[in-house]
Amino acid sequence: MSNKVNEFQIINANDAELMRISQEETLSLNLNEMQTIQDHFAKLQRNPTDVELETIAQTWSEHCVHKTFKSMIIYSEKGKETEQIDGLFPTYIQRATEEIDKPWCVSVFSDNAGIIEFDETFNLVFKVETHNHPSAIEPYGGAGTGIGGVIRDALGTGLGAKPILNTDVFCFGLPDTPYKKLPKGTLHPKRVFKGVVAGVRDYGNRMGIPTANGAILFDSRYTANPLVFCGNVGLIPKDRCDKSVEPGDLIVAIGGRTGRDGIHGATFSSAELDDTSENLGSVVQIGNPIMEKKIVDALLQARDRNLYRSITDCGAGGFSSAVGEMGEDTGAEVHLERVPLKYEGLAPWEIWLSEAQERMVIAVPSDNLEELMEICEAEMVETTVLGKFTDTHRLQVFYEGSVVVDLDMHFLHKGLPQHVKKATWQPSQNKEMPSRDNKTEDYTEDLYKLLASPNIASKESVIRQYDHEVQGGIVIKPLVGVKNDGPSDACVTTPIIGSEKAVIVANGINPKYSDVDPYLSAASAIDEALRNIVAVGGTLEKTALLDNFCWGNPDKPDRLGALVRAAKACYDIATAYGTPYISGKDSLYNEYRDTTTGEQRAIPSTLLISAICVMPDVCKAITMDVKSPGNLIYVVGKTYVELGGSHYFNIHGYIGNTAPVVRPSEGKPTMDKLSSAIDNSLVCSCHDCSEGGIAVAAAEMAFSGGYGMLLNLVNIPTSEETTHDDFLLFSESNSRFLVEVEPENKDTFEKHMTDVPIGCLGTVTDTSDFIINGLTGKTVLETTINKLKSAWQTPLHS
Amino acid sequence: MKPKVLILRTAGTNCDAETDVAFQLAGAETDLVHIQNLISTKTNLSDYQILAIPGGFSYGDDIAAGILLAVEMKHKLKKALHQFVDDKKLIIGICNGFQVLVRTGLLPGTELNPQNDNEETAQSTTLAMNTSAKFECRWVELVTQQSPCIFTKGIKQHLYLPVAHAEGRFTAPPNVLTELETNNQIVLRYGNGTKLSTEKTAYPHNPNGSDADIAGICDITGRIFGLMPHPERFLTKWNHPRWTREELPDEGDGLAIFKNAVNYAITNLK
Repeated sequence: MSNKVNEFQIINANDAELMRISQEETLSLNLNEMQTIQDHFAKLQRNPTDVELETIAQTWSEHCVHKTFKSMIIYSEKGKETEQIDGLFPTYIQRATEEIDKPWCVSVFSDNAGIIEFDETFNLVFKVETHNHPSAIEPYGGAGTGIGGVIRDALGTGLGAKPILNTDVFCFGLPDTPYKKLPKGTLHPKRVFKGVVAGVRDYGNRMGIPTANGAILFDSRYTANPLVFCGNVGLIPKDRCDKSVEPGDLIVAIGGRTGRDGIHGATFSSAELDDTSENLGSVVQIGNPIMEKKIVDALLQARDRNLYRSITDCGAGGFSSAVGEMGEDTGAEVHLERVPLKYEGLAPWEIWLSEAQERMVIAVPSDNLEELMEICEAEMVETTVLGKFTDTHRLQVFYEGSVVVDLDMHFLHKGLPQHVKKATWQPSQNKEMPSRDNKTEDYTEDLYKLLASPNIASKESVIRQYDHEVQGGIVIKPLVGVKNDGPSDACVTTPIIGSEKAVIVANGINPKYSDVDPYLSAASAIDEALRNIVAVGGTLEKTALLDNFCWGNPDKPDRLGALVRAAKACYDIATAYGTPYISGKDSLYNEYRDTTTGEQRAIPSTLLISAICVMPDVCKAITMDVKSPGNLIYVVGKTYVELGGSHYFNIHGYIGNTAPVVRPSEGKPTMDKLSSAIDNSLVCSCHDCSEGGIAVAAAEMAFSGGYGMLLNLVNIPTSEETTHDDFLLFSESNSRFLVEVEPENKDTFEKHMTDVPIGCLGTVTDTSDFIINGLTGKTVLETTINKLKSAWQTPLHS
Repeated sequence: MKPKVLILRTAGTNCDAETDVAFQLAGAETDLVHIQNLISTKTNLSDYQILAIPGGFSYGDDIAAGILLAVEMKHKLKKALHQFVDDKKLIIGICNGFQVLVRTGLLPGTELNPQNDNEETAQSTTLAMNTSAKFECRWVELVTQQSPCIFTKGIKQHLYLPVAHAEGRFTAPPNVLTELETNNQIVLRYGNGTKLSTEKTAYPHNPNGSDADIAGICDITGRIFGLMPHPERFLTKWNHPRWTREELPDEGDGLAIFKNAVNYAITNLK
């Protein structure tokens, strides 16, 4: 590699040559895009430099512009008229937020993270990102830089937010996968699991940000394509939420040096993985959390002294995206030889594109430079003036005096042709599982199995490796109960110590339901995230959502059809619940191809919904562990026979066809009334019914609180006459909760919940016995909380 | 007048903000000061009555926890630190700060090392990798010991505080441990409500495998205190992991430690 700049001969190239260039240079551009670039340069009567072509490829990458979500989609569903959708994002996500129109949404979809109001002085920012491809190749580095990147998103929002909370959700292959069954070139799920957790741990802990919420899911289809979602919540002063760039402002880079790490990350993540991807080590960045901590320390001081006007992080595409985005409306001039390098020998395009970590770019009025430099020196952070913003509306990059990029900003940002894509969907037909009532009279073993299944089993060994107490604000911890080891529905933090104003963060994710219908999977993810918020004392009224889609290759009509189904659900359910999206992201092309056999694997369609809620008074928060013997246990919300994609079917080897439906006309009043009952201190503990249904929820509440339960299935409100105990125990219908109520509040609580289906299932007992009686009055489940807890704690213990 | 607390910061310090709040709640005036400003004498340590070294990962804990900051303090702030100690002022090191104090030799203190040339304080104890071989965050029970420690004077016998560290296993040669016992320099031990006092506390109650269940020690004067648990993370009852199920006082167990320091400074230091 040399310092030379090369030209790409594209203006006279034929289609085959254009595609060869796109593939050989990992540009991930299709023919139409290459032709658009060709036309542009043909008019200029010159060929692009390598720096220019790379800049366009980064800016137009799926990762940076989300072209699938903006493309025109021709969608067909069996038996229905073909539909034309002009962009999934504007049609289903953005429109939902606009129609819901919450006054407390400060900034949505425009900045590096969404912003909502918190109190009189501060707003909150929230962003969730994925770092899937890097984590597949190098789990530790990939996950660490994933969390590092999303922290910089918060820091790059407005004029910079102070990071106050991390949330992480991982999807891995099954931990017991035999080595022989590993797809070629992939790492064992256990190795990925360990590496990812260590990466998030070491980065988050060093940054001093509590990691207090998350989830870990397992499915064999994640083996070659693990998913790593990293989220960050930040606190930002109300008067620091806007940014602008003025011509003449200096372009200042702050933070780490630039090396050859992470080159082509943006375009790499816009392609499928195959069995040779492990050789692409250089696309994974190298993280240094202490560098990032120094940047945060320096920038927050500079922010409070008003020393810069705009800020963004160097993420995908490095300086090329950061400067390109900041200067979109003005113009920018950059001198690459000024960039501090880790080592010599980088070509100009490598300097420009490198995704070396821990770098931010700020726009500094020249009068403020000296004061900024003083702060940065005191905090020991390297700071360099790279150039200035101009009024030329051109992106001009120089290297040792010669022009290496001279691009029209409008072409760069608006020149990308809209894609037209085909999408189809047809319902799957899975084998249905009959009730096992005629085979067994006892479901105790089933409950053990469910509690021990890796998706449900305790994640304590992971959670404890994260510092979830730093900053002193976490008031509902990820682990709760009499022994501090029960699974909390959500975490609650008070970012200002001494203030009772709190923030709740929760998530919902149900990839198993997408085997039945991605619409139901997406709808259920939203319902689950909201249930978790409500279960600790939050309200729908003050909740905002984030959507993170991880999908297979959207160029394949069936994958895209599933995406359309999910996006439709996002619109329908969010508008019905009145909970707006404030930010989101997608990671597509999560597929693996074995180049020798040609075998193709896609991940299950996976939508993560993250929810954030502002809670006025932390005193009202509750946890899921039962509090006292003699208290009553109610189920809130109606149970339907909905076991398609359920964990109960899963442990018996079935998928089924009736995944849980979300019925906001029932779910919304249920959640609203329950929120108000909790606010009125009528509820001692509350747990949402999700994986494993009522049985698992009840068991978790009981063993977390250290008391037994005696329950009866007869009083469960159901949709129809259900005669099967197993369906009642394990159905995963949405919008349901188990709550604990003191006997003296029985009437008040029941009156409070008028018009919402509730049923008293039994009581908390002063024993360790956990007993459930079935519809006929016979005991169908009998064990002790110690046995249940042990089943739940053992599988992922170390 | 309010006593002044210097909360020392450097690259990787990350418990400074809550330590700051803790001292303010205890009635002190506080400054967060980067070590560069002390080295350049832009800020003078002598203007303060209390020095707090908060938790975090100073310089990434490269080589070992706290070592680089300790070296920097020993070499670049030697005079100012000696003066501070000679002036009978207070020093507290929490978590990474405790690791730093141990590596500077300020804890357990020079008197334990007569072979010392007096010029340089030497290290006689260490905080090693947890026996669980990983970072762990959990709440622990602590038993306050008879000691001259200013920070724990009159404090209740059983404290409940969180730990969050990978390198917190206090260990020392047997003679040093005996000396610590004899001098009453052991301030806090990990405890377990049900165990007999002569028994060693088992994991996870002793979360890191520390010798003699040691969670915190002081120098022989009681003015320098280091501990692995985080008192600044338990200032109000909302910090307690079981506030939703137990009756608790509004004030957290940790605050008393800061109040003791501030009250001592008000009476004895200027």
